Amino acid sequence: MSALDVEKIKAGSRRLRGTLLESLADPLTGAISEADTQLSKFHGIYQQDDRDVRSERTRQKLEPAYSFMIRARIPGGLLTTAQWLAMDRIAREFANDSIRLTTRQAVQFHGVIKRRLKRTIADINSAALDTLAACGDVNRNVMSPPLPGLSRVHRAVQRHAEELSAHLTPATGAYHEIWLDGKKIASSEEEVEPIYGDTYLPRKFKAAFVVPPQNDVDVYAQDLGFVTIVEDGEIAGFNVTAGGGMGMTHGDTATYPRLADVLGFCRPDEILAVAQAVVTTQRDHGDRTERKHARLKYTIDDRGVDWFRDEVQRRSGVTLGEPRGFAFVANGDAYGWHRDDTGAWHYTLFVQNGRVSDAGDRRLLSGLRRIAQTRRCEYRLTPNQNLIISKVAARDRSAVDDILAEYGIRNDAQATPLRLNSMACVGFPTCGLAMAESERYMPEFVDKLDALFAKHGLDDTAVTARMTGCANGCARPYIAEIGLVGKAPGRYSLFLGAGFAGERLAAPYLDNANEEQILEALDPLLERYAGEREDGERFGDFLVRSALVPAIAEGRLFHAG
Amino acid sequence: MNDRAAGALPLDEKQSERLHVAVAGLSPMQLQWVSGYAAGLAAAGGDVQPLPVAPAATPGQQLTVLFGSQTGNGEGIAEQLVALARERGFGARAVSLADFKPAALKRESLATFVVSTHGEGDPPDDAELFHEYLMSDKAGRLSGLKYSVLALGDSSYVNFCRTGREFDARLAELGAERFESIVECDLDYDAAAAAWSTRVVDRLADLLDAPAPGAVPRLQAVPSAPVHGRESPFAAEVLVNQKITGAGSGKDVRHIELSIEGSGLDYEPGDSLAVVTGNPPQLVDELLDVLSLDREAIVAVGDEQLPLIEALTDRLEITALNLGFLRAWAAHGNSDALHSIIENDDQAVLSGFLEAHQVVDVVRRYPADVKAREFADMLRPLSPRSYSIASSAAANPGEVHLTVAAVRYEAFGRPHWGAASTLLADRLSEGDTVPVFVEKNPRFRLPAPDVPIVMIGPGTGVAPFRAFVEERVEQNAGGDSWLFFGDRTVHDDFLYQLEWQRHLKRGDLTRLDVAFSRDQRRKVYVQDRLRERGAELYRWIENGAVVYVCGDAKNMAGDVEEALIDVLAEHGEDDRDAAAARLREMRRAKRYQRDVY
Repeated sequence: MSALDVEKIKAGSRRLRGTLLESLADPLTGAISEADTQLSKFHGIYQQDDRDVRSERTRQKLEPAYSFMIRARIPGGLLTTAQWLAMDRIAREFANDSIRLTTRQAVQFHGVIKRRLKRTIADINSAALDTLAACGDVNRNVMSPPLPGLSRVHRAVQRHAEELSAHLTPATGAYHEIWLDGKKIASSEEEVEPIYGDTYLPRKFKAAFVVPPQNDVDVYAQDLGFVTIVEDGEIAGFNVTAGGGMGMTHGDTATYPRLADVLGFCRPDEILAVAQAVVTTQRDHGDRTERKHARLKYTIDDRGVDWFRDEVQRRSGVTLGEPRGFAFVANGDAYGWHRDDTGAWHYTLFVQNGRVSDAGDRRLLSGLRRIAQTRRCEYRLTPNQNLIISKVAARDRSAVDDILAEYGIRNDAQATPLRLNSMACVGFPTCGLAMAESERYMPEFVDKLDALFAKHGLDDTAVTARMTGCANGCARPYIAEIGLVGKAPGRYSLFLGAGFAGERLAAPYLDNANEEQILEALDPLLERYAGEREDGERFGDFLVRSALVPAIAEGRLFHAG
Repeated sequence: MNDRAAGALPLDEKQSERLHVAVAGLSPMQLQWVSGYAAGLAAAGGDVQPLPVAPAATPGQQLTVLFGSQTGNGEGIAEQLVALARERGFGARAVSLADFKPAALKRESLATFVVSTHGEGDPPDDAELFHEYLMSDKAGRLSGLKYSVLALGDSSYVNFCRTGREFDARLAELGAERFESIVECDLDYDAAAAAWSTRVVDRLADLLDAPAPGAVPRLQAVPSAPVHGRESPFAAEVLVNQKITGAGSGKDVRHIELSIEGSGLDYEPGDSLAVVTGNPPQLVDELLDVLSLDREAIVAVGDEQLPLIEALTDRLEITALNLGFLRAWAAHGNSDALHSIIENDDQAVLSGFLEAHQVVDVVRRYPADVKAREFADMLRPLSPRSYSIASSAAANPGEVHLTVAAVRYEAFGRPHWGAASTLLADRLSEGDTVPVFVEKNPRFRLPAPDVPIVMIGPGTGVAPFRAFVEERVEQNAGGDSWLFFGDRTVHDDFLYQLEWQRHLKRGDLTRLDVAFSRDQRRKVYVQDRLRERGAELYRWIENGAVVYVCGDAKNMAGDVEEALIDVLAEHGEDDRDAAAARLREMRRAKRYQRDVY
């Protein structure tokens, strides 16, 4: 669908109402109308179909096996056990017996059929969560570092994230009207959408807070980022970043992943004004004629970062200060038990590709239900699709350990450092954009990489490896040390050389390669890394230092390297 | 030609000469038809009627631009080409390959294809079925077609533009004439596509004015001279045997397409096709086993003597139980239990028993020693099975389609199978043949094209209505149409869902109401929908709509009739008696027609 079509649909939607009610009531199809599929995203709902059976069903003269992905918005990924138990019940009652943790600290349900949509959305809202603006051309789930290491700072940052999320939530009453039987307002003319206006943003928009030295949220991949600057144990303010984004299109060099620029420094009480200025600048200047060129990163590259900073300062009335110094060490999660400054314990649990389900002896869904039922903790979803069993009292630790062991889900029962630092997007069979397998294939690919690592004595070395089924980059593959981006069944483009903390883009290394070619390419590189690396040197850094891959200075040069 | 042979010829020299002239230049297929025609004339006593001659294929009136692509690029190019052609005053239309019936290609005289390739050389989703058809043996000769292909692709993939190349080569192989060479476009397709469109449009003046090549008069079969009937069924080739219920369905319903090309068979919407069937081999084996009979023992069927195995496999009825056999078996085994069922005062006991059991169940449950000959004598001859035809002959020349629910179920601790339904579903593959003939059903006929119709066809009862709607498309019929369909689940049992959606989108079907019994706690059936839509339905009847019912006779037909009477009573007539009288009158006036079984 062209940008113009989408813009027309948004403009004519009466603030995201469209014909969703009629589509839901149509008994002749499990789908909603094509225009409504654009609008449903703003409500956190993606129409998908089981691509494994798509051609079989066409032969059967049946429409595709439509179902819906529902994404719940969870600022900072923080959930009470009661909320988790509600999600768990929804997964088993309405979805496909699994909960998918996303790379943005949200949860997704897959396989919800049309006539159960309304019940599902209502149940999510009953758990004091919602799905509004979880997808669509608006600000998505606001991320915040879940790590408990600096608990007091993190709690404060979490509050800022929740405030920003609330501030940027669409004001439309459509969501309540359609899903929660909310009162219809007499005329949608009475409504105002103060930040977004009638046509919302040209494209999706992603915001995150981060607390160095961990870059777990991958702040450089965000449209808008706030890097927390802590001085003397207090939050002094934030370095504001803008213009990051992963998505590109195969074969179209006008599209590229881009890391965010640091615009300047703001005080905590200036966050909302700055954020709103960034959003409205993009609203007014983003490209609405070409969706592949509509993200904020292109707006900034097309007009220059100085222009953009001036515009943000003008609109917000905030004068941004000189950026303060900070440094990142990693974008992965720290696994296992950690104690915070209040004495509470937190266990970071590895969840392969974010998929919470029961599989054989590894009964993750049941185990997490069991732990939640103790009501003696809370859950935090990490930007790396993992889950932290959080705020556990010292005396309850062994009980949690026992349950993890009983359900076969302790980290050490599951993974090598390589696997612990791996991610994959959903891909086949549900994602409509997938060109190649991702989540279903990644575990097997990591097995093979593990063998290669073992061969070169790198068993204990952590390397970030990420896979996506298409070029849009949901699992942020372009800032992984080993990034695989699907092009066709069994075929991937290989990207190498990103920074371990997500501070440098990877470079294209192999195009359209199969598994064998990828492993063959990695084998000698890993061999050299094992033999020639400096003390503590990361794989990506080594490749760049040894000139085995070029250093990509900025997004615009991504295809030139 | 020697004397002897000449002497044997029943024609004089002049006749012989005229015959020679008459058949000169005819194709083998036309010659076959002529031989059938002559045989028909002989049967009719030699009364020569002027032949209805098909009009010569008219010169191509327009350009058809067929497109298929994963993104909107193909459609965009196709629409630009159509716009360009129209600017120059030519007729042109763009059609998605998803909406284009592959078999209709033989009726096109000028077509261009805009098709992309994705992944490792695969056709785009919307062209997948067309591609499969074109590359298969099903695709017939296309000597009347001129074409050109624009292929879209991405040269970083191994099989660049493969689908376009395949189309281009295959169309030529099928006899179509390439009027412009294939153009292969990479991601930056704009310039190459525009140049190709310009070249195509420049050629239109030649291509659309000249008479289409190979436009020979086509002869139509003469209905008065049927060649194949009950006595000599036609061996129809199975073109398609496709399950059309989803993976989660409890039922296995097949869409069967048979070729009757060259058979002279002719049918109208509403007619049935009789399928000459054998019995399931597993059932024959089981029966022989239970009765401990010698498979090679010679038995009599009519005047013929043949081995028991053959008689049971192909000639005798063993799936449907009838009273004749039951009486004979009861007498033979002197079974009091069976006698008491047969003689029971309550007729329902006997009919329930006949319905629930197959022959093998009876001989298992009420065992008796029997000789092969005796047993064969008790069974009645196997009769052909009739299926309401699911296709319009006008829309599917040379084909007949059926909608067949495979009968397989467990009862009395053993599997049961139907005869013809499992023949069609399990024992025949595409390419095999099955003997068939047409059974006319003049009591189930479409009205004039402008008369509205209401079609009530749950389950496989929907079959004739597929034919009705297809036929009305061919007729360009102006009358409204309303279908009531029901089954178990919308996800797996919505027979022909994609076709109904397409018909609705195009206005070929005016309304569609569905009832899926298992999709909610309270079971809902078509009769419930009839009552819910009663006011509207009454208006349709008042406006002269003809009401059709097809499907299960045991429950559905009665429930639907009750619902129709309720609707008439509630929305117009004085009371239920008046409503029932109104319905009887409608039936007499052929405004209420049923095909129930």
